[in-house]
Amino acid sequence: MTIDIPKETYSGRVIEITLGATAEEGGTRSRSITVGGETALPYLHFEGEIPHPPALGLEIRDRKPDDWSPLLYQAWGEAMQDPADWARAAEAAGADFIYLVLSLTDEEGQTTTPERAVAVVKKVLEATGLPLAVIGPGQADLDNELLVPVAEATKGERLLLGICEDKNYRTIVATAMANGHLVESRTPMDVNLAKQLVILIHDMGMPMDRILMDPTTGALGYGIEYGYSVMERLRLAALQGDAMTQLPMIVTPGEEAWKVKEAKVGEGVPETWGDWERRALTWEALTASTLVHSGADVLVLRHPETLKRVRAMVDNLMQPVETL
Amino acid sequence: MPLSGLQIYKLLPQTNCKECGFPTCLAFAMKLAAKQADLKDCPYVSDEAKAKLEAASAPPIRLVEIHGGDGRLAVGNETVLFRHEKTFYHPPGLFLHLQDSEDLQALGAKVAEADAYEADYVGIPLRLDGFAVEAASGDAGAFAAAVSAVRERSQKPLILLAPQAALARAGLEAAQGTRPLLYAADGENWEAMAEVAKSADVPLAVRADSLEALADLTQKLAQTGVEDLVLDPQVSGYLDSLHRLTAIRRLALKKNFRPLGYPMITFPGQAQGADELLLAAEHIAKYAGFIVLDHFDQAELYALLVLRQNIYTDPQKPIQVQPGLYEINNPDKDAPLMVTTNFSITYFSVANEVEGSGWPAWLMVADAEGMSVLTAWAAGKFDAERIAKGVKAFNVDDKVKHHKLIIPGHVAVLSGELEEELPGWEIMVGPREAVDIGSYLKAMWSAS
Ligand code: B12
Ligand code: SF4
Repeated sequence: MTIDIPKETYSGRVIEITLGATAEEGGTRSRSITVGGETALPYLHFEGEIPHPPALGLEIRDRKPDDWSPLLYQAWGEAMQDPADWARAAEAAGADFIYLVLSLTDEEGQTTTPERAVAVVKKVLEATGLPLAVIGPGQADLDNELLVPVAEATKGERLLLGICEDKNYRTIVATAMANGHLVESRTPMDVNLAKQLVILIHDMGMPMDRILMDPTTGALGYGIEYGYSVMERLRLAALQGDAMTQLPMIVTPGEEAWKVKEAKVGEGVPETWGDWERRALTWEALTASTLVHSGADVLVLRHPETLKRVRAMVDNLMQPVETL
Repeated sequence: MPLSGLQIYKLLPQTNCKECGFPTCLAFAMKLAAKQADLKDCPYVSDEAKAKLEAASAPPIRLVEIHGGDGRLAVGNETVLFRHEKTFYHPPGLFLHLQDSEDLQALGAKVAEADAYEADYVGIPLRLDGFAVEAASGDAGAFAAAVSAVRERSQKPLILLAPQAALARAGLEAAQGTRPLLYAADGENWEAMAEVAKSADVPLAVRADSLEALADLTQKLAQTGVEDLVLDPQVSGYLDSLHRLTAIRRLALKKNFRPLGYPMITFPGQAQGADELLLAAEHIAKYAGFIVLDHFDQAELYALLVLRQNIYTDPQKPIQVQPGLYEINNPDKDAPLMVTTNFSITYFSVANEVEGSGWPAWLMVADAEGMSVLTAWAAGKFDAERIAKGVKAFNVDDKVKHHKLIIPGHVAVLSGELEEELPGWEIMVGPREAVDIGSYLKAMWSAS
């Protein structure tokens, strides 16, 4: 018997977006990475194109964070003391790009200054040739105050700047536009909200190929199913031709997974949760791998071991082999 | 795929004799299509037409059920490719792989441990579903002994990995009184396996490494009368697994392709070069019905069970708890009073922390339509009015003497309005995260 596999053909295509710029492209990165370009659902090569694997990045901070899991301190060790060392360690661990998050305050508890932010970003750019994302501390006024000088001091590098949310996107978008950077557009797990913010950002004059869409991630056990389904719906809409959803999706499973008790805490938890380290690593890996299947193009992770595991999986998913 | 009224009409006698209670065969056909009439009411419909009509109304993916001493598992009968289209109904069973070549004592210990495993996730008990016992020794006696050893320690359903009629028979005998899944028929042994499965009335798995070969086999097996089949497309990694399982699910749902309209079984630990855990996770999201794991590790199993729970949650109904006033650690009239929402994940993260902290406390769960604190606040379902309403509806005053209410730190902005809604009450702003409740109570409640 011969079987006719039902294949879907779509009219839509996800936009290709390049993060980072090499010397020829007007920056200083040793390489840039391109994501997007899909004309089929995740890894269904038999009915469309999946030109690029998802980009796997590692999150670092401008200083050693105060409240990360002890397991992450163990994994990164001394490198966390200095963002340049941390970035080098992340590159050595196999990251495609570095996701640098600025802290609210410095080691002494003083609010982070623009001078400090610029200095850290420059230091990280020198320490590694990888493309870079620079993310504010998450408070509107301070984000704007820090990101504008960072964007100006790194003109042409095609950094990813964020996070743009409906209450605060104008300043970040304006400076990204003026200095040749990209932006991360985050909305809370809703197809229409995702589209609306993309429209607002695009209306300011930002080209579509410089916007990454962040649909918001929930950790395994803490709402992953909402993110998963919103991503599936966004990707289907994109393939069916809805232009404002045709953007690569960025997700932050590292941050979400390491926030929850299952990953963070080793003591005073139910015995049935098993070995802490295995559980914590599993938590991040499963959160990330599940989102790969729902269409994530860019994933931000925290533990180097997770990066290796997810890398092995996406390598396999991108193999040019006959399967049917 | 359901037939239209006209398609059904073509299968009826077309004599318009009215005995069914309808004026014409066409009218009866229309009612049948709308599921408002019963085929039995026509005394003249031919057996052939009956079979066709029944086949057309069968679900595109057959529901296959197995059971152990008391545990039961039914998989299949899914109706959509994406959970947002409706929901996924029958979560895949997770089974632990065992071999009869192992020392029986060690095997028994393993079974006892895995059988007893039960984790709690937002009030839902999570367990392993059963055991897949392999006749690795090739010896019927050894296999039967292993199956018996497993049954002595577990009432859960079994899968018998015994692809030879003699071994299968021995295993089934040892499993008598249960309904295991028999694994597996292939291009060579299918006739003998079909006979064994049929006489024991158990479902039979079928394996082949191409969809064509699989479909050929299931058709042959269906002809022998074995109706409950399970497909093993013999995947070897993330990619071919995704492609084959997706193709099979699509063929069943979109083309109503009967030969592949069955649930699927996978062995993620047997795939070369894949991480068992990540592949099992893929199989949970992408369409497996039975998943056989080579390793039992509490941490990893817990994560997989939570993932399964999440993926199979009905997207239309968040998991919720009943609104009301909950007691934690036997509180008295002076114990602290806190408020949260009725989203299960929220309620249990708070309740578990308070319980673990050892503080006796009252936890008032407001009706926030099953949303988390911030989601409900943003949606206007967790506001001062609703909280005040809860205080009255749950007769908080009868149980708690003081008038102090601790609210989640994330909704500190509510305190002003709450003081207006609840005159005479003191509103205290708790920490943002539940983990910090113990230390907060120590510092703030003891002092107040
Ligand atoms: C999952 C999710 C959803 C799901 C809903 C899940 C559900 N059933 O509630 C969906 C996708 C449906 C959703 C929808 C919306 N969402 Co929403 N959502 C989230 C998300 C990703 C996670 C929420 C969650 O489950 N958290 C886990 C639970 C356990 O947290 P929690 O309830 O807060 O409980 C913790 C603490 O508050 C504390 N705590 C709880 N109770 C108590 C009590 C006391 C006394 C104390 C001391 C502590 C305490 O303990 C818990 C653990 O630490 C968050 C973003 C994020 N990553 O946090 C956004 C988020 C909450 N959503 C948001 C918004 C705006 C919305 C929408 C209004 C968007 C829209 N316009 O459509 C809708 C509203 C829903 C509607 N109209 O129907 C915003 C809220 C912004 C704000 N600050 O107001 C958030 C923060 C995202 C964002 N950054 O913009 N959302
Ligand atoms: S009883 Fe049967 S044959 Fe007679 S009218 Fe009804 S459907 Fe037609």
